[in-house]
Amino acid sequence: MTRWAMIADLRRCVGCQTCTAACKHANATPPGVQWRRVLDVEVGDYPDVKRAFVPVGCQHCDDPPCMHVCPTTATRKRADGIVTIDYDLCIGCAYCAVACPYQARYKTERATFAYGAPAAHETKRHDPDRIAVATKCTFCVERIDAGLAAGMTPGVDPEATPACVNACIAQALTFGDLDDPASNVSTLLEGNRHFRMHSELGTGPGFYYLWDGAGPDGGVPALRKLVEQAMELA
Amino acid sequence: MSYGPAPWVQRHWDLRAAANFVFGGIGSGVIVFASLAGARGTPAALALVAGLALVGAGLFSVWLEIGRPFRAIRVFTNPRTSWMSREAYVAIALAAMALVAAWMHRAEAPAATVAGALAALVALAFVYCQGRMLNAAKGIPAWRSPATAGLIVTTSLAEGAGAWWLVAAAHAQGTRGALALLGVLLVARLLAWLAYRRTIAGAPRAAAALAPAGWALAVAGTLAPLVLLAVAATMSVEAWVLGLSAAAGALALAGGAWFKIALILRGAYNQGFAVPHMPVRGART
Repeated sequence: MTRWAMIADLRRCVGCQTCTAACKHANATPPGVQWRRVLDVEVGDYPDVKRAFVPVGCQHCDDPPCMHVCPTTATRKRADGIVTIDYDLCIGCAYCAVACPYQARYKTERATFAYGAPAAHETKRHDPDRIAVATKCTFCVERIDAGLAAGMTPGVDPEATPACVNACIAQALTFGDLDDPASNVSTLLEGNRHFRMHSELGTGPGFYYLWDGAGPDGGVPALRKLVEQAMELA
Repeated sequence: MSYGPAPWVQRHWDLRAAANFVFGGIGSGVIVFASLAGARGTPAALALVAGLALVGAGLFSVWLEIGRPFRAIRVFTNPRTSWMSREAYVAIALAAMALVAAWMHRAEAPAATVAGALAALVALAFVYCQGRMLNAAKGIPAWRSPATAGLIVTTSLAEGAGAWWLVAAAHAQGTRGALALLGVLLVARLLAWLAYRRTIAGAPRAAAALAPAGWALAVAGTLAPLVLLAVAATMSVEAWVLGLSAAAGALALAGGAWFKIALILRGAYNQGFAVPHMPVRGART
C-alpha cells in the first residue's frame, strides 16, 4: 500500500512563501485562495519570544471529517490517502468547509482576478468548474498520477512531486510514501521529533511537522554517536 | 500549547443557513407540540401545514446559499455518513407525513391523532438531524460539542411551543396542560443550554460570543415567559390567559431564534491553528 504524506520541517522553514506562490502558479487559484499557506506564528512576551513559520493546507486526513459530512460524495479519499473533490458533484454547500479543522477549504462565489479584468494567463487558466464549489490542496494529484504512470517516484522525482515541495528553497517540505519504511518521509519521521496538528480531534492528518531532532533532549543523534565513539577511542 | 493566528468566525454559512435552523426548528417544533397538546380538527391541520411551510422556508433559504443550486438534488447522495443528506431525506418524509396527517385532521378521520403523532416523530427526527449536522462540523468548536444536538432539539421544541401559544387565541385549543408543557419545555431548554455552556468552556472565544445570546435565552426567553405562564395559570379570565400565554410564547420563540442565529453567525469560531512544539533550530541531522 501507499500512503502519501507531507512533512514540514519547522526548523528549516524561513517563511519565504515560495511554496505559496508555487502552489498558486501550479493550480491557478484565484486571489484570496491559498491552498498552501505559511503562517507566521509568534508566541511569548518580550524578551522571551519565539517565532515559527508553519506551512498549512489540506492535511489529507486518514479520517477526513470533510468527507463524512459531504452530502454528495464529492469529497472522497483515495486508497493512497489523498482527499479529492469532484467539482462536478459538489453543490457548494460549504458543509465540508465548516467541518475542516484546518481551514483548508475555499469556496469562490464568482470569478475574481488579480487586477479586476482577467490578464491573459488568467483567461487561459480560469476554470469555471471551480466557481461556487469547494476547493482545496490536492497534493498536486495530477502530477503524482502522471509521474507514477511514467515510472517516477513522487517525492523523489520533481515531475511527480507537489509544486510546493519542489519550490521550497530550504528543503523544509518533503513528500513521500509513509507506508514505505525506507522512504524519505519515513526516514525523517524516524529521526526527528514531530507532531500532527489538532491530533486530539482524531482526524489522522497526513501532514507532519518536525520540530526537534530525535533523542530525549533533541540534538543530532548521529553526530552525538560519533562523538561518543571518538571519546571511547580516545 | 501555543497558538498561531487566532481563530476567526466562519463566513461560509451566513444568515441563510441560520434561517434553516431557525425556521426548521420552529416548524418542526410546532408539529411536535400540536401533537403533544392534543390538537385536533382544523387547528391541528393548520399547525401541520404551517409547520411544514416553515420547514420548507428554511430549506429554501439554505438552497439560496449553496453555490450550485441546480445540483441540489445531489444532496440525497450520501445518507450513509452525512447528516445533511439525512436531513434532506427526513424532510421528504416529514412533508409526506404532515400532509397526510393534516388531511386526516381536516377530514376528522379517526386515526388523525395517530397520523399527527407519527408526523411529530418525523419532525423530531428532522431537528435531531439539524443538531447532529452541527455536531459533525469538527472545524467549529461551538458546534461539535456533544451537547449541541440536545440543545438544538430542546430549543426547537420550545420555539414550536412558543409559536403554538403565540397564536393560541386563533385556534382556541390552548389547554392548561399545554400551558404547563410550554413551561416544561422552557425549563428543559434552559437545562440544555447550561449543559451545553459547560462543554464549550474550552473554546473561550465562542463562549464569550455566545454569552449575550445565552443570557437572553435564559432571562428573556425562559425566566420571563415562565413568570408570565405562572401569572396566566392564576387567571380565570380567558382573554388574560391567552394574552399572557401569547406573550410568553413570543418570548420563548424569539429567545430561541436569536440564540440559534448567534450560534451560527457569532459563536462559530473555527479551530484556528495549533503549534504544540516550537521548532528547536540547529538540530537537524
